[in-house]
Amino acid sequence: MTPSIRLRGLTKVYNSAGVRAVDGIDLEVGQGELFGLLGPNGAGKTTTVGMCTTRVLPTGGSVEVDGLDVVADPAGVRQRIGVVTQYNTLDRACTVRENIYYHCRFFGMGSAGGRRRTDGLLEQFRLADRAGAMPDELSGGMAQRLQVARAIAHQPRVLFLDEPTAGLDPQSRIALWDIVADLRREGITVLLTTHYMEEAEQLCERVAIIDQGRILVCDTPAALVKSLNAGRVVMLALDSRDDALLARLHAIEGVTEVQPTDDGGVRLLAAAANGRLLPQVVEAAQPNGVRDLAINDPSLETVFISLTGRDLRE
Amino acid sequence: MSDVALRTRPSGSRLRSYARAFGGLLLRDARVLVREIVPFVLRTVMNPLLFVFVFAYVFPTIGQGFSGGAPDVSFATILVPGLVAVAVVFQGISAVALPLVNEFGRTREIEDRVMAPLPVGAVAVEKIVFGALQSVVAAAMVFPLVYLVPATDVSVNFARWPLLGLVVVLSSLTAGALGLAVGTVVRPQQVPLIFSILVIPITFLGCVYYPWASLGSIRWLQIAVLVNPLVYMSEGLRASLTPQLPHMPVPAFLGAITLSLTLLSTLGVRAFLGRVRS
Repeated sequence: MTPSIRLRGLTKVYNSAGVRAVDGIDLEVGQGELFGLLGPNGAGKTTTVGMCTTRVLPTGGSVEVDGLDVVADPAGVRQRIGVVTQYNTLDRACTVRENIYYHCRFFGMGSAGGRRRTDGLLEQFRLADRAGAMPDELSGGMAQRLQVARAIAHQPRVLFLDEPTAGLDPQSRIALWDIVADLRREGITVLLTTHYMEEAEQLCERVAIIDQGRILVCDTPAALVKSLNAGRVVMLALDSRDDALLARLHAIEGVTEVQPTDDGGVRLLAAAANGRLLPQVVEAAQPNGVRDLAINDPSLETVFISLTGRDLRE
Repeated sequence: MSDVALRTRPSGSRLRSYARAFGGLLLRDARVLVREIVPFVLRTVMNPLLFVFVFAYVFPTIGQGFSGGAPDVSFATILVPGLVAVAVVFQGISAVALPLVNEFGRTREIEDRVMAPLPVGAVAVEKIVFGALQSVVAAAMVFPLVYLVPATDVSVNFARWPLLGLVVVLSSLTAGALGLAVGTVVRPQQVPLIFSILVIPITFLGCVYYPWASLGSIRWLQIAVLVNPLVYMSEGLRASLTPQLPHMPVPAFLGAITLSLTLLSTLGVRAFLGRVRS
């Protein structure tokens, strides 16, 4: 089966600054897959999506979407994809209903077909009672639902969601996750970018972690977390920190990684097997004054930190 | 190169899908125009209505008035083609440029519009075409005003209607292209400048209130205004509607309007492509 999206050595250099925003990405997303591109702001996620969606011209490499080359046939690619950008790009001069209806018309539907599809989507996305409202009157969550409804109105094979939940309140975010999960069930391929690790973890079947224009790892969220070889993440807040402390912590049985954090504390990864982990950690850290201690399960965030030494939110 | 091998001429079905997308864009613009018909009418008729009311009704009635460089013809007659030309050009700015500045800058709507399944250049051309349609409507709305309001006789003649149609269509497309170029280049914070450095000079120095030939006594100005496309539209309408007034030769203004249209649409479409694709 040909992949839905195929990136080969994809590169984008912005000449003005000489910045390699995207630096040789190879990636394949299968048909019907819900794929996440996870990385901090400025990692190159939006530029990558821009190239996949014909908005940004690659400097090198290639992108095929649904078998079509995005540079050779941009209009053909646009017929097959839906795009939700990280900004609200709703048509402010048209009502909620018209935003969807005219989108249908742009994509070749007739008047009756467009109206039927619009009515169906307004129901499906719980926008029917606001059909006559103008986009500026919608809440953030509603506007985002409308953007997704519009993006899939022409039944695209592939949907690109660029930071779809950025700036949404937690409730709207969860509502949008449900919508995306439903789309997945309809068999549409979804590529979403996010800097929220919970989003990637809960929603995506596979995740590529991207930083400074490169893909660091790509696998299922579970496999990525498992690759850490850690059952526990322990965060220590300390009065002081020195190399001797780091060495003492490293010596504890089951500890696989010890990382100083920016706030003067320590993050350590440990196998779950050691049942006496906490007393040993506290004992080792006591001379440096333990102010606080937190234990977490490892997550994609831990994977990112372990790969880059930095926080996703930085 | 694989991408060269893939690049094929658009097939018939592909062209039909482009045409449907183009038609969809026009439909959307028409819907918005219908909803905003009152502002459209107001912005279109206010300037010519007041102008013709004060200069062709009030002034002659209270015993003041100008001759506009042709003493044997009423000033109202000189104004008719000029004010129709201004209405045409003004639509290019208000119907194409101003919304476009917003769509690029504030609302980013353009990012969705260029995802329509047709070449991006066609999205820019649609802006020109729909702007031109509004210019034609504006010309048709303004004409009865400037014809009926004046207190003095207006002598207009429709015998040269094929020329009139050609001039109106070419001028309207040029106005749309001007709007596209301006709307793409200007940033939102520069909008007030559109009026002070573009609209006002173009109108005052566009041979709207006087035939171009009458500028002969200020030779440098007569030559300088030739860079202004509105000059050729005014002169073209003058040649079509009021041929008894001095006007440029037909090939001169038709050639100049066509040249302006070519230059402005090339500039506008290129600038549009440059802004939406990086």
